[in-house]
Amino acid sequence: MNACHDFSLSGVAVSALASGALWLPEAQTLCVSDLHLGKSDRIARRSGFLLPPYETRATLDKIDQLLEQLNPRQVICLGDSFDDLSAAESLDETEKLQLTRQQAGRDWVWIEGNHDPGPVELGGRHVNELTLGKLVFRHIAIAGSVGEVSGHYHPKCNVGRGGTRPAFLADQSRIIMPAFGAFTGGLRGTHPTLRSLMAPDAIAVLTGKHALPVPFAATT
Amino acid sequence: MTALPDQFQDWFSRRGWDIHPHQQDMLDRAADPALLLIAPTGGGKTLAGFLPTLVELAAGQHTGIHTLYVSPLKALAADIKRNLRTPVDEMGLAIRIEDRTGDTSATQKKRQRADPPHILLTTPESLALLVSYEDAPRMFAGLQRIIVDEIHALTESKRGDQLMLALGRLQTLAPGLRRVGLSATVEDPDAIAKSLAKHPNPCVILQADPGPDPDINMLVTEEQPPWAGGGAAYAIPAVLEQVRQHKTTLIFHNTRAQAEIFFHNLWLNNTDDLPIGIHHGSLSREQREKVEAAMVRGDLRAIVCTGSLDLGIDWGDVDLVVQIGAPKNVKRLIQRIGRANHRYNAPSKALLVPANRFEVIECIAALQAAKAHDLDGDPKGPGPRDVLCQHILITACAGPFAADDLYAEVTSVGAYANLTRAEFDDCLEFCATGGYALRAYDKWKRLQKTNGLWHLRDPRATRNIRMNIGTIQDTDTLKVRFRGSFKPLGEIEEGFAASLTPGDTFLIGGRIVRYEGLREMTVEVSRNAAKKPKIATFMGTKFATSTQLQARILRMFRQDDWPNLPPHTNEWLHLQRVVSKLPEADRILVESFPHDDRAHTVFYGFAGRNAMQTLGLLLTQRMESLGLNPLGFLATDYATMVWGLDQVTDPAALFAPEDLRDGFETWLKGNAVMKKTFRASATIAGLIERNLPQSRKTGRQATFSSDILYDTLCKYDPDHLMLQITREEALRGLVDFGRIEEMLNRTNGRVDHVVRDRVTPLAAPLLLEVGRIPIAGEGRERLIADETRRLMDASGLNKIEVPPSRPKRRAQGEAALKSRFVWGRNNP
Repeated sequence: MNACHDFSLSGVAVSALASGALWLPEAQTLCVSDLHLGKSDRIARRSGFLLPPYETRATLDKIDQLLEQLNPRQVICLGDSFDDLSAAESLDETEKLQLTRQQAGRDWVWIEGNHDPGPVELGGRHVNELTLGKLVFRHIAIAGSVGEVSGHYHPKCNVGRGGTRPAFLADQSRIIMPAFGAFTGGLRGTHPTLRSLMAPDAIAVLTGKHALPVPFAATT
Repeated sequence: MTALPDQFQDWFSRRGWDIHPHQQDMLDRAADPALLLIAPTGGGKTLAGFLPTLVELAAGQHTGIHTLYVSPLKALAADIKRNLRTPVDEMGLAIRIEDRTGDTSATQKKRQRADPPHILLTTPESLALLVSYEDAPRMFAGLQRIIVDEIHALTESKRGDQLMLALGRLQTLAPGLRRVGLSATVEDPDAIAKSLAKHPNPCVILQADPGPDPDINMLVTEEQPPWAGGGAAYAIPAVLEQVRQHKTTLIFHNTRAQAEIFFHNLWLNNTDDLPIGIHHGSLSREQREKVEAAMVRGDLRAIVCTGSLDLGIDWGDVDLVVQIGAPKNVKRLIQRIGRANHRYNAPSKALLVPANRFEVIECIAALQAAKAHDLDGDPKGPGPRDVLCQHILITACAGPFAADDLYAEVTSVGAYANLTRAEFDDCLEFCATGGYALRAYDKWKRLQKTNGLWHLRDPRATRNIRMNIGTIQDTDTLKVRFRGSFKPLGEIEEGFAASLTPGDTFLIGGRIVRYEGLREMTVEVSRNAAKKPKIATFMGTKFATSTQLQARILRMFRQDDWPNLPPHTNEWLHLQRVVSKLPEADRILVESFPHDDRAHTVFYGFAGRNAMQTLGLLLTQRMESLGLNPLGFLATDYATMVWGLDQVTDPAALFAPEDLRDGFETWLKGNAVMKKTFRASATIAGLIERNLPQSRKTGRQATFSSDILYDTLCKYDPDHLMLQITREEALRGLVDFGRIEEMLNRTNGRVDHVVRDRVTPLAAPLLLEVGRIPIAGEGRERLIADETRRLMDASGLNKIEVPPSRPKRRAQGEAALKSRFVWGRNNP
């Protein structure tokens, strides 16, 4: 069984990893989307519910594992990296240190998301979107674009009676990435928005223990 | 003796009634701080409870609220309001009676707080909400009495704990408050009395005349009960005949699914078109109300029902109760039988219908227990801490409080009398900061301490806390309706809905419907004329047979002969004794035999369904590690059967208590039951938001599964209060490890292993049982992988995919990937 699924987008080789990250072997670029760091803090601030404040740690630990395995030259965080701009300030010293260590020696790109529409006081460069050869990285997919890698929707799909799992959606022109953050839910792949964005021959790559490609149309 | 005031005496005389002795007792003891009345249904219990209130209010001196009445059912509150009006109006008393439940309008609720009635009828949840308001002290200042109806049902669940905590609060607001509990027959009245009274005050228990013993029998049919299954379809003609012979029959079932199937079969056989209805908790409120109204009008000859009719409105005309399937618990049987013939001093009539051969034995055991008045029940543990956390938040909503005061108040509640200060402080800390070990919420605490008093940091939080009040677990259910219609038919569990594919047929409300699809969290179905549903139906609760009843069955097995059992069952047990042996209480019988090319092993543990299921999971895990290749198992109330590739040779080793306990710890952590329990407790404790239908409907990305929270806590904060609570709850509830311990203690390593070359008589029914559980794990992953591969191949998408030219990776990355991943395409 597969720890990743290889395919190509606009002729660029990509690999959808079981962990929910995207690996571009040629450019040595690792892309993760929708980290939602500081989510528990934002929920506590806004609603009073005091969720376990460990999602930042859990998400960063997952990134640590990937950095160790792949040693990428570049890391792209595809937007909604922080649950909101104040959440970015709520990171504690240990977490900030962990993040700084991860950024050391590589190009770290924060792409703007709808949750974090401005720069944060952390290392790395901050852009609206990023073009890398034939590919463009942005937070929210734009209908009609090609070679586009985006996030935002947190797609999740179900096959048979296996239960829903976060999934990549991919067709000839785009990839929509699953959310990588620990405390993130998902939007069912059956949602009309996702169905209309993707071509009829799109695939979904279920994540989890294994990366499992399946025709998107066959998921429920 | 307190004499009845003249106007009351006149009213009784006009009706031709005499005051019942227990009603007089209640009047005589009206000044007691706590009183518990045990009375059968139909014994004028409600009037006994209210008589002192009416007498006190008749004097006309009292202003504001005098008596709070709390019942587990909204419908009961409304019914009591109607029934109380009769004496009040006929005596011309100026008493205002109102109910307040989730169904009461917002205007009415507001008015009730400003100008409360003399008698307020409510539910534990609505009371908790009232207690959370800032004006609670003013509203309850003059409160004299609180009447807790059907207290036996409430104390069995967390609703009772929540109610008693609210009572503690009310007692502080109205120190003269007197408490009255009304209960059906129970095995341990002292325990209920203790939970009702302010600790450590005594509570007098008054017993009404229980009336004559019920007339209970097992239904004798020409046809023999089948070897396995729970439907009792064989008994349909005999049950219909009984319905014909009686005025109104209640036909109780242990599960909703069985009720649906039985009702369906009943109609197929109902050639006389007798009016028969169905009533259970998964039907829509409209449906249930329709059936209740028909019942009240006397339009129905029978109602097929479940526990949803265990309590509630007095159905005067019921003259027969039929229990389909063995009553797993004698106390519940007696209470159900009490639903028949509510006229005082007339014996209730009931028939037990065993659904299969083993249940014949269970029914006989239950009959003997009922005759011997040997009621069962498990002692209740200490007050659950998740409910306490909710109570702390409710208290904070009403206003600032001192921790010492609240601790004193909480420990005045019987169930929490032994709560240590440290335990209390942990709960308070959890409410204030979340109580996390590794990272604190400094800025966004929920509760803060100012000048020695705890209060909400953000007063707006009251809204969320109030929305979350209650301890009833919302199982995730989806509404079912006909396509193109807005009228709901009922609800099914989300898990069941997820297993349906368009075209599947199932039963709901006695109808066969065809699943069409899911639309905005509603299950759409169409009418279907099929005779047999494809899929039985949703699950519903399965009761485990009580410890006491199983001990009685094991005692029966010691007899030389069983003259009171029907011949077919008698012969069966004799045959088992010849071929193998009958299980004994102080030994575990293990039988091994081959069947269908698989090695089968049956463990007769007699620990109840939940515990036997847990045992099955533990044993198969041990067998897996011993290389016995178990493939699956099945659990019933009395046995667990495991099948696999290899024969078990040393079953005693599997039962080594230490190994079993160790395995249990590891197993428990990753278990789905734990996650389910965590969600329930975390919701009650106010850690996560109640799963409101409107928020689920949107399916937004923002909502995520509580399983993620559970996993995160296990990883980063394994000693967290919520995990402690979850463990306690799971052990008591679905996991039921307590009964496995009980089994290990009573058998103490004495294992008898019987090996035969074919299935034994006692094991034979197990081969026919449904509910087989395959051993999960990597196997499940493989199944999904196979399915995705098949779909990819079938769609031809594999061929379109152009495999990328393998680019060079940085040396380190390449090596890492090679070692960590099975780097491959879809084609193996």
